Amino acid sequence: MIQKTTNPRIALEVRNLHKAFGQKVVHRGVSFELYEGEILGLFGGSGTGKSVVLRSIIGLEKPDQGEIIFEGTNIVGLKEKHLVKIRTQMGYVFQNGALFDSLTVEENLAYPLKEHTSLSAQEIHLRVNKMLELIDMKGSNSLFPSELSGGMQKRAGLARATILEPKVILFDEPTAGLDPVNTKRLLENIKKLKKGGITGIFVTHDIPSAFEIADRIAILYQGKIYIIDTVENIKKSTDPLVQSFVSGSFH
Amino acid sequence: MSVTFRKLLSMNSQSHYSAFAQRIGARLLSFFQFVGGFTKLCFEIGSECFERPFYPRLVLQQILTIGVQSILLVSITALATGSVMALQFGYGLAKFGGTLYVPKIVAMAILREMGPVFTSLLVAGRIGSGIASEVGSMKVTQQIDAIRALGTSPIKRIVIPRLLASLIALPILTLLADYIGLIGAMIVCYNDLAINSEYFISKSIESLVMTDILTGMAKTVVFAFFISVTACWKGLNTEGGTQGVGNSTTWVVVTSSIFIMIGDYFLTKLFIITVYAH
Repeated sequence: MIQKTTNPRIALEVRNLHKAFGQKVVHRGVSFELYEGEILGLFGGSGTGKSVVLRSIIGLEKPDQGEIIFEGTNIVGLKEKHLVKIRTQMGYVFQNGALFDSLTVEENLAYPLKEHTSLSAQEIHLRVNKMLELIDMKGSNSLFPSELSGGMQKRAGLARATILEPKVILFDEPTAGLDPVNTKRLLENIKKLKKGGITGIFVTHDIPSAFEIADRIAILYQGKIYIIDTVENIKKSTDPLVQSFVSGSFH
Repeated sequence: MSVTFRKLLSMNSQSHYSAFAQRIGARLLSFFQFVGGFTKLCFEIGSECFERPFYPRLVLQQILTIGVQSILLVSITALATGSVMALQFGYGLAKFGGTLYVPKIVAMAILREMGPVFTSLLVAGRIGSGIASEVGSMKVTQQIDAIRALGTSPIKRIVIPRLLASLIALPILTLLADYIGLIGAMIVCYNDLAINSEYFISKSIESLVMTDILTGMAKTVVFAFFISVTACWKGLNTEGGTQGVGNSTTWVVVTSSIFIMIGDYFLTKLFIITVYAH
């Protein structure tokens, strides 16, 4: 039950992805397309491999079978060395922020700029400040991750993932564990980025957040994409499984 | 009744054998996993070591953590070891009237064995556990994934700086330990054995050759490589949250200590055949 919407250019294509961890089969042929300028919400029960899809896209996980096409290149099977270029064009927002403990907020945000650009220290400082302003964390340059609240850590993680202005951003349950105020703040930050025309995949259990952010929704069920459609059509769907997801009663 | 009992007994012993076999199998599997993982990591280090970008600042930071911050611990231990050895040899040899041989024996034992081995064991305890817990924590909090996702290499940023720092710091710490150990022995000889310092120094210098220092340092290079790579490998493969970090830390200290003791035997034998004999 896969529906396609007619949209512009494809930014990323996942074809027939298979993945198993030992005896546990997670993916049995996951396929979908991500269009330029859209945010795709990816739902699914716990342990269905939503995060594994994102990790496979950025090359942190090697699928057993299948293809992930980005910028005309199949990412699957690429060596670490060749993944570097791909990774500079993708941003990954980790569930817990994954900020480097030993670095300050400024150093965390400056990390990708120092590694992949030839910007001067002054230019990097300006860009970091601009980003901190965008995520409402102005003045927290010298704080260490341990001095930040959970919400601030996630926003700093979002800033670090997007500071290189990647073509695709992968959000791995960014609102998990956040209180409603911080969830709202984070979503507002993502909306600001969305206004700039970002393309991304938003993995979450938080259905209202996904409806707020995403253009289309995909549901991962029994190792495959069960349905992929616009938010409006998903909300209107009469399919019992889709409804159970939308209403939050799916277990 | 007795048949049933015998059956039960046989089933019980079968299950004991199978549990024993399973335990042996699991141990063997984890050993081969370690050997394979260690070898793979060595190849990765070899292939990335000479490729840009280089991180000299990270190496310096690690030298500070591994080397400079271990100085006090190594110094106190070396001073105590040298002193105790001089005391033991002094009172032991006094029975045979051999007290005057103490400087020679102690100097040789410190430079060839006690300095390198004790320093390496201390470093395995302090630094091996430190690396394993730090890298393990980074692994379980997805910081290692973040390094990769940001288009950089954990081998270059995490493993190589720690390896290079260990290779540089451990031999220097050993030299320091040798020196302080000899001072400790000299103080005890002067205070307790009535051997004056000039005699101690002249006999130590007379009995030692450069190869004694060099072979001791060569041992520490091997130990430094093993400790740092093992700790990094275990840290990078840590699973199971904070408990996993604790387990990794313990495992690294135990494995490194065993390797140092066994490795020391084989290295000593090698040096006896190739260096000391000539």
